[in-house]
Amino acid sequence: MTVNNKNQNYVVETGKRVLKSSSFNIFIVLFVMCVIMYIVSEPFRSWDNVLSIARNFSAYAITGIGVSMVIIAGGIDLSLGSVYGFAGVIATMAMADLGWPAFPSIILGMIAGALFGLFNGLLVVKAKLPPFIATLGTLSIARSLCYILTEGYPVTDVKERFLFLGQGYMASIPTPIWMMVIVAIIFAVFLNQTVTGRRIYALGGNEEATRISGINVNKVKVLVYTLCSLLAGFSGIMTASRLGIGQPTSGQGFELDAIAAVIIGGASLDGGAGTVTGTILGAAIMGVLRNALVLLSIKSHWQSLIIGFVIIIAVAADQLKKSRGK
Amino acid sequence: MKKAAPVRSPFLEMKGITKRFPGVLALDKVDFSVELGKVISLVGENGAGKSTLMKILSGVLEKDQGEIFIEGKKVNIDGPLTARNLGISIIYQELMDLPNMNIAENIFVGREIKKGIFADKKRMHLQAKELISRVALDVDTNTKVAKLSVAQRQMLEVAKALSLDAKVIIMDEPTSSLTNTETEVLFEIINKLKQDNVAIVFISHRMNEITRISDEVAVMRDGQMVGLLSKEEIEEQRIISMMVGREINDIFAKEEANISDIALEVKNLNTDFLKDISFNVRKGEILGFAGLVGAGRSEVMRAVFGIDNKDSGEIYIHGKKVDIRSTVDALKHRIGFVPENRKEQALILGMSVRGNISLAELENISKYNFIDKKKEIELAEKYIEDLQIRTPSREQKVQNLSGGNQQKVVISKWMAIKPDILILDEPTRGIDVGAKKEIHMLMSQLAKQGVAVIMISSELPEVLGMSDRIVVMHEGRIKGELSRENASQESIMKLAIS
Repeated sequence: MTVNNKNQNYVVETGKRVLKSSSFNIFIVLFVMCVIMYIVSEPFRSWDNVLSIARNFSAYAITGIGVSMVIIAGGIDLSLGSVYGFAGVIATMAMADLGWPAFPSIILGMIAGALFGLFNGLLVVKAKLPPFIATLGTLSIARSLCYILTEGYPVTDVKERFLFLGQGYMASIPTPIWMMVIVAIIFAVFLNQTVTGRRIYALGGNEEATRISGINVNKVKVLVYTLCSLLAGFSGIMTASRLGIGQPTSGQGFELDAIAAVIIGGASLDGGAGTVTGTILGAAIMGVLRNALVLLSIKSHWQSLIIGFVIIIAVAADQLKKSRGK
Repeated sequence: MKKAAPVRSPFLEMKGITKRFPGVLALDKVDFSVELGKVISLVGENGAGKSTLMKILSGVLEKDQGEIFIEGKKVNIDGPLTARNLGISIIYQELMDLPNMNIAENIFVGREIKKGIFADKKRMHLQAKELISRVALDVDTNTKVAKLSVAQRQMLEVAKALSLDAKVIIMDEPTSSLTNTETEVLFEIINKLKQDNVAIVFISHRMNEITRISDEVAVMRDGQMVGLLSKEEIEEQRIISMMVGREINDIFAKEEANISDIALEVKNLNTDFLKDISFNVRKGEILGFAGLVGAGRSEVMRAVFGIDNKDSGEIYIHGKKVDIRSTVDALKHRIGFVPENRKEQALILGMSVRGNISLAELENISKYNFIDKKKEIELAEKYIEDLQIRTPSREQKVQNLSGGNQQKVVISKWMAIKPDILILDEPTRGIDVGAKKEIHMLMSQLAKQGVAVIMISSELPEVLGMSDRIVVMHEGRIKGELSRENASQESIMKLAIS
């Protein structure tokens, strides 16, 4: 009887927590958007369209998961759009100019991206630069390196096998979607189950208290910037594969979209809050919205305007909820 | 004795001032008056109500009850601007100037002299020059304030007050960051101001300065005005006994513990503020650190715990020299630190009770970096029960707990690492009586288990009630050490302000 009661309580408690969680609110928004689109748009209903949406937002989601860790830790990374482009250029150049096979080239691109993150992290903890400034600097540096290395021309001549990452299918599901799922699972486990993950939340929640709890906060900071750039780089390489070329301009303005996905997903720029699930839902909302605007034949000039409003409304609603909670 | 002189009301009079903060009566029907051309010192322990009273006078806080008269006329001070217009100026301990602007701009900020729509720089600099010469500040009025010394900036503040035609200038611990020579200069200025018929309210903890400069001394304690000493009555011993003269009627949850070997020894610790700090604490001992706020007690502990850098000094733990450069090192040596500001320095407010309790112990309840959730829950449940943390569940966010329960969470975090040395900085500040007692009991229990406990407290009864030994600090130095038997409020206070 008591055991039963306890179990029941647990179910009720967990249920309440899910209902109260910000991820659930975002899910509702996404759900409503999908229902409306389902009703008004015939082409929206097709399975191909669903896969296409998911494939398109998977790059946002993967990068978003990276930057969400920085944001949870109380920082910000503006450089990721350029790092995204840079890693794509490095990976494609390794194949085109050095004749490397696909897999090592992908690894090289990811290392190149991660090094930028390491650099960001060191600027923040050693040179004590505000993250905004440090990553604004690398944003510019990484982009310029893209142009210097490619002399402004797209890198063509990539290996056939490389295309699998962005264009391939596994079990009739596009590879990027698989990649998103794998990255999401790894990092959800990392953030929720590990000591380091817990410390990322603690750092963003209260840096001083975290330091006074005997934790090396600098190590945590360097790690989150490195992981963020690693994932941004990976997304960039995936996009290069999707397009079949390494574009020096790839990922321009991408940082803002990725950060927007994280914020819509319920993370707080003050740090300490945010989830992988939320980030994916945030990226999904952006993806569905983009798709909807296309299907409803809304001119592309208007799309950014509408997305801008969605970001503002999402964050304002969250703030409102928080201040009422207090 | 009393002369039947014509009844002359003082320039400024505060009558029956009462101010309540949530849970505290900060001021209880306080009377205070100021006469032109005199220096009145306002003294009292931290929390006696001096600052609250002065904040009401300068319009920063609103009083709940009471009246204020200027030249016999009732006034309503409803904001800092009103106070300023009535001739009341306050010079805070932390200077409120604009470091990137020059002297003239600082004096006239917000009320620039204008010619048409443009600032009349020439006239402002001319007037500024005259003003600063009145306070013996001899620098170019184009100098950026950031380039001035603290003393010079203070003089600039006085000049600013004079430019506002101040009749009453309140100085809140003006000498605390001044050298002896600079203090002499300030005193000369104060004397000059007296001759100009300005009234000075002087707040200080330094007895020698108070006895030297005051025409009157008003003593506050626990929100009440407990005495007013005239020039002839001013005497150090008398002031001290009035400041502390409260009855100790609290019974402290102090228990006998077996005091054994030295657990922590600090030798000749120096930083830019701390000078030659040496002390030790034994297993099972509660070592109290007394002193006024700003005496450097927290700074000592922050240096020992590896939060702040040390210039020199050695730390020994169980007789072995150790190198503590960061909090990570401190944790390795099983030192726990409960800092003075729970919310800013100790708690992750948005995190659960469970997450906060396990934070410092995570490495020991994990395998390959994966947290053993079962062990974590056990840890949290254990301390919630042992310390009777009142929370609806272990998953409750810490920000929703009361102050006392929050503090218990902080202490749990450190108990979880099984500390050899536990440092507590103002562990019961802002906590209700019941929780306070529980925390005292906890400290006694920890000492009994052989933990070396260091407690900083600004509450003398608490220091006296809980400590086996008491170290007293003043202005970055250790001024003395008292055994439990020899310590009294007077003996501590005497060391704390000498």
